[in-house]
Amino acid sequence: MSSEVGQQHPLSLYFWIWGLLFVVSAGSYMIDFFQVGYDVGTMELRWALILVFMFLKAGYIVAIFMHLKWERLALIYALLLPPGVLMVLVGLMAWESDYTWLTRVVYFGAEVAPTPEPVEHVIH
Amino acid sequence: MAEATAESTGLASIAKDWSSDVTTFKGVPWGKAMMWIFLLSDTFIFSIFLTSYMTVRATTAEAWPNPSEVFSLTMFGTTVPLLLIAIMTFDLITSSGTMALAVNYGYRRDKKKAIFFMLATAFFGFVFVSMQAFEWSKLISEGVRPWGNPWGAAQFGSCFFMITGFHGLHVSGGVVYLLIVSYRVWRGYYDDTNFEIVEITGLYWHFVDLVWVFIFAFFYLW
Repeated sequence: MSSEVGQQHPLSLYFWIWGLLFVVSAGSYMIDFFQVGYDVGTMELRWALILVFMFLKAGYIVAIFMHLKWERLALIYALLLPPGVLMVLVGLMAWESDYTWLTRVVYFGAEVAPTPEPVEHVIH
Repeated sequence: MAEATAESTGLASIAKDWSSDVTTFKGVPWGKAMMWIFLLSDTFIFSIFLTSYMTVRATTAEAWPNPSEVFSLTMFGTTVPLLLIAIMTFDLITSSGTMALAVNYGYRRDKKKAIFFMLATAFFGFVFVSMQAFEWSKLISEGVRPWGNPWGAAQFGSCFFMITGFHGLHVSGGVVYLLIVSYRVWRGYYDDTNFEIVEITGLYWHFVDLVWVFIFAFFYLW
C-alpha cells in the first residue's frame, strides 16, 4: 500500500499525546480550582501559568495531532509565520488600551480599581 | 497559435490555471493544503475576536465580571469554579483523541475503525454543543445580554456570545462535516485514495479544539 502521501505513525504515540493533553488541561483547570492569583491578590503567577499550559497544549495538538512536525518546511513556515503578524496587532491594541482607559478615568471620573458585583446563581 | 478551446478561455481556464501542474507543498494532497490555508484564515478571524476582547476588557473603566464565579456550578451543595467549562474542555480533548485514531486507521485502510472513531468524534462534538447550549441558557436566565449583565462591564456579554458562539458554530459545522465524510467513506467514495480525506477532516476538528485552548485560557481563566 502506498503511504508516501499519508502520515503513518505508531498508535502508541497518539495515546501518549492524548494522555499528556489530559494532564496539561487538568493543570490549567487547577489554576482556577485553587484560585491561583486571587488568593494573594497579584495575578502575574496566574497569567504565567495560563500561558505555559496554553502553549504546551496548543503545541501538542498542532505538532502531533495535526502532524505539522512531519510536514515540509515550506508548509510549516507558510502556516506559522502569518499569525506572527497578529502579534503586532495585539501589541498596538494593548498600547492604545492603556491610553483609552486613562482617558476614561481622567475625564469621566471612573473609579480606578472597581470590583465586580458578586455572582449569585439562581436555581431555576 | 493553438485554437482556443473551452479549457484555455473563460471560467474553465481559471480552474485550469489554478490546478496546473506546479506544486509548492510537495507530498501534500491538494485538499489538505487547501484545508490548511482555510484554517490559517480562520486563525485570523478568531485572533481578531480575541484581540478585540482584550481591547475592550483593557479599556473599560468598569469592573470585569469574575469568570471564575460566573461560570461556577453548584453540585451537591458545593460550589466548584468553572466546572462545566472544565468538563467541556475534557470532552473536546477526548474527541481530538478519537479523531487522531480515525486518521490513523484511515491510513491503515481500516474503514470500519476509521468510521467508528469519526462517529465517536461527532458524538463528543454533539455533547460539547449541548453543554454549551446549557451554559448559554443558564447565563441568559441570569440576565447576561450582549449589552449588559448584573455584575460589571457590559462588554462581557458581547465578547462571550460572539466568541463562544462562533466557536460553537464551528463545532456544529464539524459534527455535520464528520457525519458526511463518515457516510462517504462507508459508501466507498474514497476507496481508490489513501483516505487522506480523514486526515483533512481531522485537521479541521483539531483546529476547533485548538481554538478552544485559547478561548479557555484568555476568556475563562484570565
